[in-house]
Amino acid sequence: MSGKGGGFMVTLSKDIIEITREQDVVTLRNRVKELAVKIGMSLLGQTKLITAASELVRNMLRYAGGGKVTLEVVLRDKVTGVQLTFADEGPGIADIRLAMQDGYSTGKSLGLGLPGTKRLVNEFSIQSEVGKGTTITVIRWKNGL
Amino acid sequence: MQSEVTKFLEKNKQSILTQWMTNLAEDHILREELMSNEKSRQQSEELLLAVLKVIASDNFKNTESQEHESVSDIISEVSIYRARQGFTPRETATYVLSLKQTLAEVLDKKFAGDARLLYESARELNQLLDSLSITTFETFIKGREEVIMRQTDEIGEISTPVIRVWEGVVALPIIGTLDSMRTQTVVEGLLQEIVATGSSIAILDISGVPAVDSLVAQHLIKTVSAARLMGAECIISGIRPEIAQTIVHLGIDLSSIKTKATLASALKLAFQMLNLEVRRGERK
Repeated sequence: MSGKGGGFMVTLSKDIIEITREQDVVTLRNRVKELAVKIGMSLLGQTKLITAASELVRNMLRYAGGGKVTLEVVLRDKVTGVQLTFADEGPGIADIRLAMQDGYSTGKSLGLGLPGTKRLVNEFSIQSEVGKGTTITVIRWKNGL
Repeated sequence: MQSEVTKFLEKNKQSILTQWMTNLAEDHILREELMSNEKSRQQSEELLLAVLKVIASDNFKNTESQEHESVSDIISEVSIYRARQGFTPRETATYVLSLKQTLAEVLDKKFAGDARLLYESARELNQLLDSLSITTFETFIKGREEVIMRQTDEIGEISTPVIRVWEGVVALPIIGTLDSMRTQTVVEGLLQEIVATGSSIAILDISGVPAVDSLVAQHLIKTVSAARLMGAECIISGIRPEIAQTIVHLGIDLSSIKTKATLASALKLAFQMLNLEVRRGERK
C-alpha cells in the first residue's frame, strides 16, 4: 500500500475490530475518531474519515454480513495518517468500475457509498474477487485535503 | 476433610468471621459507601456458614451435592449484589479469596505441628474456594451484563420527543445514530404528531447526529418525503460546517430539502413560511 507518494510507510499502531452487528458501527466510529484526534487531525478531516468508515462498514454489513476492520496509525514522509482496512468474505464485487460510479447500487441505497468514500479519503484501494470477498484500504493523512 | 479440622473450624466460626472481616478492612475492600458494614458482615456470615457446611459434609468431593449447590447460590447472590452496588471485579474477587487466606491463617495457627494434616486441609479448602471464585467471576459478569442490557433497553426506549414549538410548527431533535430501527420510530412519532397538532411545518434538528453518511441521509430523505405526503414541509437544521462539507464530498443531494445551520434560523424560516412576524414590542 505504499505506492503513491513513494516514501516508505511505517505502522505506528494497529488494532483489529470484528464487525458482526449494526451496533458495531458505533464502536468503530468511536475508535476511528479516537485515532484521528490522537494524531491531531482537523475536525473536518475527522468527520470525513468517520463518515467514510461508516459508509464502508455499512457496506460490509449489508453485502457480506460483517468482517474485520484493521485500524492503523501510519507514518510516511514525516506525515501521520489513519489507515483503515475493511476485509470481508462476502460475495465480492463483479464489476469494480461500475461499483465506483455515482448512483450505481445493486441494493436499494443511494449508490454513493464507494465513490463517495473515495472522495472523503486521501488514498483508496480496492481488491475484490467474486465468491471470495472484498478488501478496501483507505488512508486519510493528518494534513490531507 | 479430617474431622478434627472440621470440628475446629465449626467451633471457631465466630472468631474466623471476625478475623475475615478484619482482613477485609485491612485490604480496604469493605467500601462502606457502597455497602454497610452490617450488611457485609451478615453476607459474610451466611457465606462462611455455608462453606463450613460443605466442608463438614460427607460428600465434600461431590460438587453436585446439595451443600455445594447452596453455597453456590449464596456466592452468586453475593456477587450479583456486589456487581449491582458497583464494586469492582477485583474487590469482589478479593473478597472471596480473602476467605481462603483467613481460613489458611487460622488453620496454620492451630495445626502448625502437623504438616501433613495442614497441607491436606489447605489443598481441599483451596479446591473449594477456587471453584467458588470461578462462580464469583461468572455471576459478577452476569450481574454487570444485566446492568448493561437494562441500560441498552433504556436507551432504546428514550423516544425522540416531538416538540411543538409554535402553532403549526413541530420540532424533532434527533440525537445519536439514525439506523433503520431508530428511523422507523422517529418517522412514526413525527407523522403522528403532525396529525395530532395539525402542523404544516416540521423541523428536523440533526445537531446531535455524530456523522451523516449516505444511509443516514437516505433515512432523512425518506422521512421528509413521508412528511410531505402528510402535507407538512420539513426543514432540516443543525447542519454543522464539517458535516456540510462531508455531505458535499460524499455526493449526497439534499438540495430538494430546505436546510438551515441552526434551529433558530429554521424557526425563522418557518415563521416566514407561515407569514408570521416576530417583532420586539414597544415597552409601555
